[in-house]
Amino acid sequence: MSTGPEWAAIGRLADIPRRGARCVVSPLGRIAVFRTMDDRVFATEDRCPHRGGPLSQGIVHGGSVTCPLHNQVIALDTGLVQGPDEGRVRTFPVRVGADGSLELLVGREAFAEAAE
Amino acid sequence: MTSKLVVVGNGMAPGRMLEHLFELAPGAFEVTIFNAEPRVNYDRIMLSPVLSGEKSFDDIVIHGDAWYERHGVTLHKGQRVVAIDREARTVTSDRGVTAPYDHLVIATGSTPFVPPVPGHDLPGVLAYRDLDDVDAMILAAQSRAKAVVIGGGLLGLEAAAGLRAQGLEVTVLHLMPTLMERQLDPAAGFLLQRALEGRGIEVICNANTEEVLGTGKVEGVRLKDGRVIPASLVVMAVGIRPSLGLAREAGLACGRGVHVNDQLLTSDPAVSALGECVELDGRVYGLVAPLYQMAEVAARRLAGQPAEGFRHADTPTKLKVTGINLYSVGDFADAPDREEIVLRDASAGVYKRLVLQDNRILGAVLYGETADGGWFADLMKKGTDIAEMRDTLIFGQSYGGGSPLDPMAAVAALGDDAEICGCNGVCKGKITSAIAEKGLSTLDDVRAHTKASASCGSCTGLVEQLMGLTLGDAFNPKAVKPMCGCTEFGHGDVRRLIRAKALKSIPAVMQELEWKTSCGCAKCRPALNYYLLADWPGEYQDDKQSRFINERVHANIQKDGTYSVVPRMWGGMTSSAELRAIADVVDKFQIPAVKCTGGQRIDMLGVRKEDLPAVWADLNAAGMVSGAAYAKGLRTVKTCVGTDWCRFGTQDSTGLGIRLEKFMWGSWTPAKLKMAVSGCPRNCAEATCKDIGVICVDSGYDIHFAGAAGLDIHGTQVLCHVDTEDEAVVTIAALTQLYREQGHYLERIYKWLKRVGMDSIRAAVVEDPEKRQAYFERFVFSQRFSQVDPWAERASRGVAAHEFKPLADLSRFREAAE
Ligand code: SRM
Ligand SMILES: Cc1cc2nc3c(=O)[nH]c(=O)nc-3n(C[C@H](O)[C@H](O)[C@H](O)COP(=O)(O)OP(=O)(O)OC[C@H]3O[C@@H](n4cnc5c(N)ncnc54)[C@H](O)[C@@H]3O)c2cc1C
Ligand code: SF4
Ligand code: FES
Repeated sequence: MSTGPEWAAIGRLADIPRRGARCVVSPLGRIAVFRTMDDRVFATEDRCPHRGGPLSQGIVHGGSVTCPLHNQVIALDTGLVQGPDEGRVRTFPVRVGADGSLELLVGREAFAEAAE
Repeated sequence: MTSKLVVVGNGMAPGRMLEHLFELAPGAFEVTIFNAEPRVNYDRIMLSPVLSGEKSFDDIVIHGDAWYERHGVTLHKGQRVVAIDREARTVTSDRGVTAPYDHLVIATGSTPFVPPVPGHDLPGVLAYRDLDDVDAMILAAQSRAKAVVIGGGLLGLEAAAGLRAQGLEVTVLHLMPTLMERQLDPAAGFLLQRALEGRGIEVICNANTEEVLGTGKVEGVRLKDGRVIPASLVVMAVGIRPSLGLAREAGLACGRGVHVNDQLLTSDPAVSALGECVELDGRVYGLVAPLYQMAEVAARRLAGQPAEGFRHADTPTKLKVTGINLYSVGDFADAPDREEIVLRDASAGVYKRLVLQDNRILGAVLYGETADGGWFADLMKKGTDIAEMRDTLIFGQSYGGGSPLDPMAAVAALGDDAEICGCNGVCKGKITSAIAEKGLSTLDDVRAHTKASASCGSCTGLVEQLMGLTLGDAFNPKAVKPMCGCTEFGHGDVRRLIRAKALKSIPAVMQELEWKTSCGCAKCRPALNYYLLADWPGEYQDDKQSRFINERVHANIQKDGTYSVVPRMWGGMTSSAELRAIADVVDKFQIPAVKCTGGQRIDMLGVRKEDLPAVWADLNAAGMVSGAAYAKGLRTVKTCVGTDWCRFGTQDSTGLGIRLEKFMWGSWTPAKLKMAVSGCPRNCAEATCKDIGVICVDSGYDIHFAGAAGLDIHGTQVLCHVDTEDEAVVTIAALTQLYREQGHYLERIYKWLKRVGMDSIRAAVVEDPEKRQAYFERFVFSQRFSQVDPWAERASRGVAAHEFKPLADLSRFREAAE
């Protein structure tokens, strides 16, 4: 099958509400895809570094999400937990096509890296 | 050489004396205390908040066990001294313990006077003096419906208010024509009576108790005029007598109390006495301020630094019943050579009267508005000639030709020797200099270092103003706490501005109020969403992305990311059909856990998010709707079986509970709202720890509110009594609407009550039928838009369908990862 990294179609920008998220099922578990107020899109593993909370269920504000379980705030671009808390969630490259289509970078490299 | 000091009695007076003594002469005395009460020294004047449930005993302890240990004090708890041998210089307790002394201090306090009417010794007749009395009253309150308090003075009225707060029906019997006649003139006494009646306390004046009725236990009280007042608890609060038996038997000179000189020495130079047990210059005392002065004098003398002796001064009286402000000081009897100045403002419930003689204040009675009490007392104490300010005197210190009263200015204008804390005799200068010298910055610091506001607490406001004055911006106890980092505004301002500026969307609020972030945060957005929903029913479109996940998907997220589903069971009633549908759902979706919740319904735990819509569809089909177990909104209405089944039931509590739940479900509130209806005061539905609770009684419905049993445990307070079920429903809905309009997000009802005060709530939903009706109607209007089952919307109408399906499935890339 695929050898190198590959951009996989995952849907359309309009499928995700602004200040919201959806998830994508992947071999590594769920990936959360976020859409901010100003239509930026980010993808992270759907597992909070704190205790595994599903980040896709959190409240999205600015470029961050607040985890629904214990309110840690995570920056979507870097995956870094903000403020006094520490930790980092794996992020994935995601892009929006001119026609509003969404693509996630998958394949050996992306997933292998994530599997470390 | 240390000498042996023995103290009889461990009340407030000797406690204070020892504090001074340990400071003035550390290590000079080896102290032994005998206390008939089996406990450490506590703040007796705070017993009423313990009775009403606002405080616990631990909150009012003055010296904990560690204090005695630190100062090497031997405290014999629960040991009454029965004999003093002045020859041998020893005392002996009822348990046979004998202690030798070099100096003895008698501080046995007072004993409640129980009038020897027939039946005064029946079980169920109590006094009000110590923690044991309070415990007995609380116990009685749990099982008894009606209390009579004999005595309408300070103590009796505090007892009555506390018992009422415990949910009892209370009648106060007072011998004189008006309440607290020794401290209040008839006009103020009358206002006080009305205020108490407004809280559901019955007051009968000119009531001469002839007999306490009952066989085996109290059943009522008969008055001289033949009236019988039924009661299962009687509290005697008609007066106190100095406890001087011990001193008298030891041959010390006694009158009404143990005779002492102004250095607190008795007729035996090796024996001092202080506190309520003494008589000094023909006077006995019953308030702590003079006792604390005695404590200081006695301590100085014992430490070998005698100073000026005790001097009598009038102590102001205040009643510590939340929401009733009264203040009286000095002498206010009419006399030919006296003049008076009176101010009445009926609508504001204010009455003030000053009694003057030769342009000097002799006495002051203030009711409703008492801020100037300290100032009048100060003028009185100093004998200031008030001729110059006579015209405006009654308006208080800060009156400046009609400008609004500024409490800060009033405090600023006080002289350094003006007394701020009456209980502890702390004047302004002492507080300001302590703040400056010791760098104090919090109220607790000031309490610890100066004792100001550390006893009855009624001067706390003054002390805070003083701190504000001294520290400037560095002290701001009520500084508005911003909602979150996105704004400078607090919740109150935001709510006000949303209405004032007619802001109807989250972006509009953020724009107009200059939010610092582009789209808020997880703290402010849910709050704003609630405020807009509550303020603009029918107009505002709920913003799902500003809701916490549970409210967004109408199920409770669990620690593993699955959800729990709790359907409504109206008033806790269910049926075989509902149970069967639940059982089928559990089987069909292989739900791992089914549990009875603490809210009288069933929780299905561990449901996968994808399955939620299908689970709901099946539950909807059996007629069930979301129980909102996740909502900052109406949760459960617990009920008991009431008249349907129970032999004690007085009303249809189950029916009322179901009616309330069906009427109020779907409403959003600042924080969760839990209710319960119990069919009688046995209270099997636990209504007295709910946000709103109803206790059915024979004569109707007692409406309680502001309870909670979570992080903090609070018993409810009584809002009012109503006669019919319809009135109960209207009052509860009006109360809920008031809370919906005023509450800060996540502020439960008990916190809201604490912030806005009982009076404002009663004024809106109890005392004024028109206002009540208006709140009720606004609630009904908003319910038109909120009683839509969120499950049905999602199960069959596709609302928020995206929530429950993954966006894409990339499992086919499996090999890539291997
Ligand atoms: C299920 C239940 C426990 C049970 O198995 O019995 C429960 C479960 C939870 N409670 Fe509770 N509480 C439950 C009855 C209670 C009660 C008892 C009652 O209502 O009579 C209390 C004390 C009464 C009270 O609220 O005053 C209670 C006081 C709390 C508190 C503390 C609230 C407070 O103001 O101090 C929280 C935390 C909060 O709300 O922030 C809480 C929060 C929670 C949460 C929502 C925690 C969370 O945020 O995830 C739990 C959700 C579990 C779930 O998914 O179902 N739960 N919780 C009960 C559901 C009742 C229902 O049918 O709706
Ligand atoms: C409910 C209530 C509310 C009050 N509110 C106020 C208020 O708001 N403002 C105010 O200024 N005052 C108030 N007071 C009055 C104030 O509490 C008293 O003036 C003060 O506590 C008296 O202190 P004391 O040390 O003289 O006696 P107490 O505090 O009464 O202490 C005497 C102690 O000695 C013990 N004792 C007695 N005989 C013996 C013996 N033979 N051997 C050993 N121990 C013995 C007793 O058990 C008792 O513990 C209130 C009193 C009560 C009961
Ligand atoms: S008490 Fe309530 S919040 Fe705590 S674990 Fe139990 S259900 Fe959860
Ligand atoms: S699991 Fe995310 S904050 Fe705890």
